[in-house]
Amino acid sequence: MAQPGTIDPIHQFEIQKLVPINLFGFDMSFTNSALWMVIAVAVTTLVMVYGSASRSIVPGRLQSLAEMAYEFVANTLTGVTGREGMKFFPFVFSLFMFVFAANMLGMIPGSFTTTSHIIVTAAFAMLVITVVLVAGIVGHGSHFFGLFVPSGVPGWLLPFMVLIEVVSFVSRPISLSLRLFGNMLAGHIALKVFGAFVAALLGAGAAGILAPLPLLLAVALTALEFLVAFLQAYVFTILTCVYLNDALHPGH
Amino acid sequence: MRRFLATALFLSSALPVLAAETKGGFPPFNASTFAGQLFWLALTFGTLYLLMSRVALPRVGAILAEREATIESSLAQASKAQAAAEAEAQGLEQALAKAKANAQAIAQEARTKSAREIDAKRSAVEKDLAAKMVAAEASINETKTKAMGNVEDIAKDAVSAIIEQLSGKAPTAAAVTKAINAARGE
Repeated sequence: MAQPGTIDPIHQFEIQKLVPINLFGFDMSFTNSALWMVIAVAVTTLVMVYGSASRSIVPGRLQSLAEMAYEFVANTLTGVTGREGMKFFPFVFSLFMFVFAANMLGMIPGSFTTTSHIIVTAAFAMLVITVVLVAGIVGHGSHFFGLFVPSGVPGWLLPFMVLIEVVSFVSRPISLSLRLFGNMLAGHIALKVFGAFVAALLGAGAAGILAPLPLLLAVALTALEFLVAFLQAYVFTILTCVYLNDALHPGH
Repeated sequence: MRRFLATALFLSSALPVLAAETKGGFPPFNASTFAGQLFWLALTFGTLYLLMSRVALPRVGAILAEREATIESSLAQASKAQAAAEAEAQGLEQALAKAKANAQAIAQEARTKSAREIDAKRSAVEKDLAAKMVAAEASINETKTKAMGNVEDIAKDAVSAIIEQLSGKAPTAAAVTKAINAARGE
């Protein structure tokens, strides 16, 4: 813990055990991270399952929200992959809703942002790449690896091109996980820093007159962070769709 | 990119200080929490996936499909009803035109019929009048002939009376007739 008055923007990312659980010698404690994962799932389930429970032709508020989410992700997916991509719809939808809910819940003061931990974003990225690899190999067999062999390249250049393609494919999960992790982490640190500036300036006597400046910045940053929270969930989803498209249509 | 830079800058400046302050270093890189996070992530995301793929998405998809079908069938029904109404209107118009034509035909027929009747009556009256005229002319002729016959008798009487006055002797009827016929024969 930091002393009062000093800036400690990292404290919000600390994992605290709420219910200690030990399974097979591993620490599986129910933590604040696990709690907010459960809340994210609960909120999504509330909207999607409870919201659609009445099955009315003319939707109510919650059902409109559920339909909007459904159509938004469905349009994103079919826009990139075409109709065939709809078999991955439950996966892509769950992914988007989880990341979006986690990002948005992270904006609640005092909450925990599960997507600000690299292990979570990396797990999602690895899951996406695994699904892409399995779907590609199951759907197209060895033909899937044609993805790494661009057509219309002179023979002597081909090894280099294949190398570049392989590197670009391998770097996908890295960029996918780092992008989300970095955005969430940096945004929350910046918010905390500017918030702490306000507190520090207010406690610094005459300099307190400058306190509104970082406050204004913090307000603007909060708005920006809401945008980022949505945008990063969307970017994660649309990149997943792009990679899935490679698995569905490996030819360049 | 700028956000990455900001993060990197911030981490590079903050990490050494923070590593000293917080136990286990920078929390996202604290490997002792990884297993627990992965476990809960798998549990929660798996639950979400099952709920979405088994319950929510088929249901929302069915709602959307049902709405589309409802709208489509309503539109089809509406256009069908419109076509039926148009056909009905056309039928009514046709019936109206037919009725008008009928009425005209009836009026025409009545007109010709009455004209024929009037013609027939007039010709009958005319024929009747002509017959009466012929009869009247015949009766006039008869009367005239009859009157002319009487004139001869009167002339004979007058001649015999005149001769009797002059000669004091009445002539015979035969002589008078002979004399008159002679005079007529001039």
